[in-house]
Amino acid sequence: MKKTWLIVDDSRVIRGIARGILHDLGFETDEAEDGKQALAACVKHMPDAVLLDWNMPVMNGIEFLRELRTMPNGTSPKVFFCTTENDMSHITEALESGADEFIMKPFDAEILTSKLALQGLA
Amino acid sequence: MKDEVFTFLARLLREQSGLALPRDKEYLLESRLAPVARRHGHVDIDAMYLAIRNGQNRAIERDIVEAMTTNESFFFRDAATFETFRKAVLPTLLGARAHTKTLRVWFAACSSGQEPYSVAMIFEEERARLGGWTVDMVATDISNEMIQRSRDGLYSHFEAQRGLPIQMLAKYFDKEDQGWRVKGFLRERIKFRPFNLLDSHVSLGAFDIIFCRNVLIYFDLATKREILDRMSRQMARDGVLFLGGAETVIGVSDKFLPHPGHAGIFVPAQPVALDRAVGQ
Repeated sequence: MKKTWLIVDDSRVIRGIARGILHDLGFETDEAEDGKQALAACVKHMPDAVLLDWNMPVMNGIEFLRELRTMPNGTSPKVFFCTTENDMSHITEALESGADEFIMKPFDAEILTSKLALQGLA
Repeated sequence: MKDEVFTFLARLLREQSGLALPRDKEYLLESRLAPVARRHGHVDIDAMYLAIRNGQNRAIERDIVEAMTTNESFFFRDAATFETFRKAVLPTLLGARAHTKTLRVWFAACSSGQEPYSVAMIFEEERARLGGWTVDMVATDISNEMIQRSRDGLYSHFEAQRGLPIQMLAKYFDKEDQGWRVKGFLRERIKFRPFNLLDSHVSLGAFDIIFCRNVLIYFDLATKREILDRMSRQMARDGVLFLGGAETVIGVSDKFLPHPGHAGIFVPAQPVALDRAVGQ
């Protein structure tokens, strides 16, 4: 069975790029525009992995991640932050909040593939 | 590209670097040498050839060799190799060297430095087991430009993300305006120096571990054999040689044997060394 990614980003363009790369790599995808929508999606179906933007309306990425990790089975998805907020303080905060990987935008298929391999998802 | 230009460049590369360039790799010459030609004020490769065919422009020749021998590299390339290094090779060698507490590692074609820095990060992660040890890391490349890049330890946004776990980036790199730079203490642990694999290896001394991954594929059989023979003379009897996952010594050199179960890992061709090198 194909693994499922939840792509959480308020940019339709970024979601489209990520969706294309992940489909090419053989994954199924679901999408959410903000943290709140993403939490609802996780209640419905816990994904295998989450590609997560930082700055989003309604609920940002860090707030979503902290909520996710308290949900039943919420520790199971691999969470990849994917953001332009790429200074060391953001990276540290993401890791301390339970992120597994951190992708700095802009990114390409090679970066995403190599990060997937690091997490045993490739 | 005219035959005479290709023949001249192929001979130049073979003589100065050992690089074997078959005709079907002409596109590589075109793509990598066009920028070199422009940098030296020539409209194209043919024009550059006219300026160097009498062997009177060493600077252009050096740039041609550098451009053709530079390989793409990224951190922890072929992750399984580094796992094997950390979990099998390193513990065995630490046991075997417990009396001298010294390890010497050679990165024979370090390109822009990602491979030696990957291993340096592993040594740092294992520092609890390395108290009182001297780990001597020597990284060489034929390209002066690559050696300088390696010493600088500065990687672009894209390079810093390829293969490098974010936890490692956070621990061992500083962010700068131009990208991510390896922390000074890690850069200082590696001696980077230009070196041509066709030259005598004696001056480098003896090594316990040699990384020479995805390099020999560019050489013809006789040159591969010569390089492996020279490496075998610089390697401890229970040392370990890392080649690329798709590379082998079989049919090339009888100085090394493949280690069963570990693609791309080889040990000196002596039974004692095989047993002691990578314990099962």
